[in-house]
Amino acid sequence: MEERNYICTACPMGCKLIVRMEGDEVVKILGNRCRKGETFGRQEAIAPQRMLASTVRVPNGFHPLLPVYTKGSIPKRKILEVLEKIRDVEVMAPIKAEDVIIANVIGTGVDVIASRDMPAKN
Amino acid sequence: MLIKKQYDVVVIGSGPGGLAAAIDAKKSGADDILVIERDVELGGILLQCIHNGFGLQTFKEDLPGPEYAQRYINEARTLGITFLMDTMVMDVTSQRRLYLSSRDFGYLEVDAHAIVLAMGCRERTRAQVRLPGYRPNGVFTAGTAQRWVNVEGYMPGNKFVILGSGDIGMIMARRLTFEGAHVERVLEIQSYLSGLSRNYVQCLEDWGIPLQLNHTIKKIMGKNRVEAIEAVAVDEKWNFIPGTEEVIPCDTLLLSVGLIPENELSKKAGVALDPVTGGPFVDEHFQTSVPGIFAAGNVVHVYDLVDYVSMAGSEAGRSAAEFALAEKARAARYIPLVPGKNVRYIVPHKLDKKALEKGDISLQMRVTRPIEEDVWLEVRGDENSIVRRSERYVRPGEMVTIVLKPKMAAEVEKTGKLTVDIYPKSEA
Repeated sequence: MEERNYICTACPMGCKLIVRMEGDEVVKILGNRCRKGETFGRQEAIAPQRMLASTVRVPNGFHPLLPVYTKGSIPKRKILEVLEKIRDVEVMAPIKAEDVIIANVIGTGVDVIASRDMPAKN
Repeated sequence: MLIKKQYDVVVIGSGPGGLAAAIDAKKSGADDILVIERDVELGGILLQCIHNGFGLQTFKEDLPGPEYAQRYINEARTLGITFLMDTMVMDVTSQRRLYLSSRDFGYLEVDAHAIVLAMGCRERTRAQVRLPGYRPNGVFTAGTAQRWVNVEGYMPGNKFVILGSGDIGMIMARRLTFEGAHVERVLEIQSYLSGLSRNYVQCLEDWGIPLQLNHTIKKIMGKNRVEAIEAVAVDEKWNFIPGTEEVIPCDTLLLSVGLIPENELSKKAGVALDPVTGGPFVDEHFQTSVPGIFAAGNVVHVYDLVDYVSMAGSEAGRSAAEFALAEKARAARYIPLVPGKNVRYIVPHKLDKKALEKGDISLQMRVTRPIEEDVWLEVRGDENSIVRRSERYVRPGEMVTIVLKPKMAAEVEKTGKLTVDIYPKSEA
């Protein structure tokens, strides 16, 4: 039996999790204060997931950058690849919050969406 | 858009505290609400906090800062709140008068029945943590770097050291890594992390950025631009431990060494401040030591979560609305006494309409010039004459008195103001 230690990032509480593994299988999760912790611990031990936020260029925007984020979490190991994809994107204002900027980014099944309204430059 | 002279509630700042205050003041029955913002758009610092983690309590969603702000902005817009952008509040008095300098409207004076202070906080700077060494270009607060990288599209450097393990510093460590920079080290003088553990995991651990506790900066090196910093270990009293120095080459140093409530305006209004928090002393409704002036959010004390800032803003907004409505009702009981023909001034300046029910009220005044013949002293309402008596002459040196009697109460009740004229009978 293997014990792994994680800090839960599902909320700002930061619970200290102990995940007991039997080979590749999670057998017990300790230290969580809610169900989200259970889900996080299991996921973290098997295939860690993260939400990702970055920016894309808006040449005609009120600001030169539009903040964007992944509508759900994506595999942690795919973050750099998604960032590269985001870096290549340019959009035109006006944009509305939650507009889809990249649908199903690199096949993760998760959309990259706008974090705010972005009016065009006057 | 027209800016009025008088508002029920004026909110200073449109960050999460200010927006929640304005929204809840409106919902609690205050009609005229003005939000004053010095930036050109609403939302405050949330706009540069593009990382997620906001709104887990308020919306049960994991949102980035701009999206969290957007929801409040959208709601405030639908409620018909007035926003005055690109405007600095230069002064506030304890009588709740505000002096403003606005890009679009120039100099303005505005009165408020209630005020909500929502100016947020500011970052500690290099001067406030007394960092020795040269003073080259390349030393920034983490929040400044955040604004540049996330909003304005500038990279402040390539090779970073971050002093302080505050949340903004850790979040910037990850953000800069995403943008291709190298973050060499995060140094923390205390023996524990000063931000949230989740940020240590997601921002530092995930990206292999080393954190050194019990470490600080002994010296900043580089004459024109930062070239390196000298890190050093400290004991429990924060004394440098000789022999532990390490020179870390870098071109930029970010400071994430704490936030201080922003209360320059509060001081001007005479609001008493708690030396521990740096923010106003408040009661359970977030009313400060000055009646009618409320405070909400990071201006009171520095929060860890925006959701709590919004909750505080809501409470302050509700309380401010309640205060404003009571104040308005009190003000509506009064009518002004207006000096008319040949009258220089009248004391009292205003009159409680109900006061006449309790007894006589004497109006004392002086005339503008002598009139050496028979005169009428006349008190008029909006439509009718209320009382008129004669005098053989009037002179500025001799005070004139007119008495209002309880029998006139009904007439006074009906009018919006009382005007006093003094004129020769020959002109009547």
